Amino acid sequence: MSDLIRLSAADTAAAIARGEASAVEVAQAHLDRISAVDGQVRAFLHVDAEGAIAAAQAVDARRAAGETLLPLAGVPLAMKDVVVTEGLPTTAGSKILEGWRPPYDATITRRIKDAGIVILGKTNMDEFAMGSSTENSAYHPTHNPWDLTRIPGGSSGGSSAAVAAYEAPLSIGTDTGGSIRQPAAVTGIVGHKPTYGAVSRYGLIAFSSSLDQAGPFGRTVLDAALLHEVIAGHDRCDSTSLDLPVAPVVAAAREGATGDLRGVRIGVVRELGGEGYQAGVLQSFAAALDTLRGLGAEIVEVSCPHFEYALAAYYLIAPSECSSNLARFDSVRYGLRVGDDGANSLEDVMSLTREAGFGPEVKRRIIIGTYALSSGYYDAYYGQAQKVRTLIARDFAAAFEQADVLVSPTSPFVAFGIGERVDDPMAMYINDLCTLPASLAGTPAISVPCGLSEGLPVGLQIMAPTLADERCYRVGAAFESAVAPVLASIPELTR
Amino acid sequence: MFAGQLDVILGAVARVGEVAAADVPPTSHAVAMTNVYRPDEVRPSLPRAAVLAEAPSVEDEKFRVPRILSEEA
Repeated sequence: MSDLIRLSAADTAAAIARGEASAVEVAQAHLDRISAVDGQVRAFLHVDAEGAIAAAQAVDARRAAGETLLPLAGVPLAMKDVVVTEGLPTTAGSKILEGWRPPYDATITRRIKDAGIVILGKTNMDEFAMGSSTENSAYHPTHNPWDLTRIPGGSSGGSSAAVAAYEAPLSIGTDTGGSIRQPAAVTGIVGHKPTYGAVSRYGLIAFSSSLDQAGPFGRTVLDAALLHEVIAGHDRCDSTSLDLPVAPVVAAAREGATGDLRGVRIGVVRELGGEGYQAGVLQSFAAALDTLRGLGAEIVEVSCPHFEYALAAYYLIAPSECSSNLARFDSVRYGLRVGDDGANSLEDVMSLTREAGFGPEVKRRIIIGTYALSSGYYDAYYGQAQKVRTLIARDFAAAFEQADVLVSPTSPFVAFGIGERVDDPMAMYINDLCTLPASLAGTPAISVPCGLSEGLPVGLQIMAPTLADERCYRVGAAFESAVAPVLASIPELTR
Repeated sequence: MFAGQLDVILGAVARVGEVAAADVPPTSHAVAMTNVYRPDEVRPSLPRAAVLAEAPSVEDEKFRVPRILSEEA
């Protein structure tokens, strides 16, 4: 395997800036890796070799002209297929958008291109980001590079698998209920869900608008921080975008890497652990607490009594919002159209198109959401879920009176087998048990690798108060500096 | 299969009703903002041809849709 694909994003950018490798060489090394292993991993829905080489050539030309390169210039990236990319196929993992080439770039796509980052292609995902295993992709499952018979997490499973398999040093995911953090955990990489509103949602195909947030994946905390600073910041095209300075996450990652957590209080959430969690996950988590204590942090226990209702609240709020958002797939302006034979009415064509174009999980959620919003049930379901959301935010506020950050396992389980849970939606939903509270409260949370159980990665979730994303990176980088790199144990893929 | 699954899901999410929350205000967004406006400036739109190029059916530089009224109407 080429050394160029083993480098961190920070080291890759430094090598390009110093002229030790060209951006084209780096891009080609990753395209070669994709050719060699993606037949097994299947992280990508679309690889844009031509576009990647052209973007890399532009970086090399800027360097040749004597320009100072931006911090991630020339570093390759895999983009989740829910983020629109001008001229590049964008499907959100759905047949209803098969073949669609967006006429514009998402704000984060534009920022990534402006930073000189090289987009390698679009990654697989659960259809419209609904799922925790990437098995709900309408195209194919993605395989966990740690064990090809297992899931890579989801919904951003193509993005997590691509980074873990050294197909890209960086990728973009989106997180509505845990779709960055859980895939990061089960593939042994770093993934961060920013504070809601920190990253623009313009051009991100909407699932649940009050929860959706894009964020970075990397193999190190610093790499994730560098990408975070590229994509974050106010955008007037997103009315929920925060008009505030970007959290200083790169400085925080560097500070954390010194391994000093003296004076930091870390709260262990009593409700996120115990029964229902795999023993190996709890063991790794307990060892992580010892490590954090060894770095000087003070560990305290906190209680968040309403977190146990997060799952119920989430699976009302997210489907309700999706039932409204997905109404836009009406076969008129873009995407699939079925049954337009001159005899069928517009309404018939819309129904036939949505019947053919949406997969089962999307239909389940549209049905649940429509029901939860209907006049007789609104107060008992959607209205009540919104009140529970308030109580969860209050639990966080009380806990952050006692601790600077909160920690838990990222997921109750390590990666499970492909096909094991597909017929049981509730067994799939409990993957998100630990990640849902931060989604509902809009608070930032990171997952960093914290060990292996049965030879598979376990993730440590670090949650911080709204707008304090830098605390996730500081504590995450300190932890990372104190433990053996988990990804060093990943089996070699090339046969 | 769907009916059974939906029953199970609805039973699970109905747990929100166990929480006493009569006097709790609802949260619709994590970070509440109101009246967010951007400057009212004219900016170029996407080129019409680029937008129509992705439409399932086009006629006279417009989206073509199936009939919306029945023959009798």
